[in-house]
Amino acid sequence: MADPMRIRAQASGDKATVRVLMSHEMESGQRKDAAGKLVPAHFIQDVEAKLNGKTVMTAEWGPSVSKNPFLQFTVKGAKAGDKIAVTWKDNKGDTRTDEATVS
Amino acid sequence: MKTRREALKQSAVVAGLLASTGLFTEQTFAYSTDAFHAKTVADTVKALGAGAPTESKDITITGPDIAENGAVVPLGASTSLPGVKQVLILVEKNPAALVALFNVTDAVEANFSTRAKMGQSSDVYAVAIMNDGKALYAKKEVKVTLGGCGG
Repeated sequence: MADPMRIRAQASGDKATVRVLMSHEMESGQRKDAAGKLVPAHFIQDVEAKLNGKTVMTAEWGPSVSKNPFLQFTVKGAKAGDKIAVTWKDNKGDTRTDEATVS
Repeated sequence: MKTRREALKQSAVVAGLLASTGLFTEQTFAYSTDAFHAKTVADTVKALGAGAPTESKDITITGPDIAENGAVVPLGASTSLPGVKQVLILVEKNPAALVALFNVTDAVEANFSTRAKMGQSSDVYAVAIMNDGKALYAKKEVKVTLGGCGG
């Protein structure tokens, strides 16, 4: 199981800026190991963000997103105390959800 | 300042690339496999079912002029235009151009940042696909001193 994400959501006016730092290898499938074999791709494919349980954004990623990916987006109509939940799913079917409160 | 002629020429090149392809017959999953396998910017946009991309001043791509470490290049795409369906971030010279695709809803702004790997110096693109199927893009050159795709 992967390590938890770090999520920070900061409200300013009627918007909230959400910054997410995920912990994931993001192996591209292009690299070779010491024995010259290709390291199989292992990367986050789907990302979903929810505000108080309602989906506000979905994203699809390729293997060229950096290791331990960073993501920033802005949610309209979010205020302090609202819950932001972020879920990712990788190409091996692993998934993880973490939640943060807008401050 | 870019002249009109240059802008037109670039659009023509992109359109030309688009016309010279069309071999993808894989069925579509929820995950846009075709788009993530496409090698060029034009192929990617086509795989997502949008029209030929045109350059637009209303799209913004943010990134460094020179990236010391190609493994972690901060890139952002944003637009203030209404009616955006998807925002894409692409690196032209990566093995597959598409880095990330964001589905925009009414509840989020069309403004996303993430970090990408870049194998070599390349143009990076921000593409906005509108609800009417038009694709608009902005590009920027990022020089990479150390590639991010090797060991």
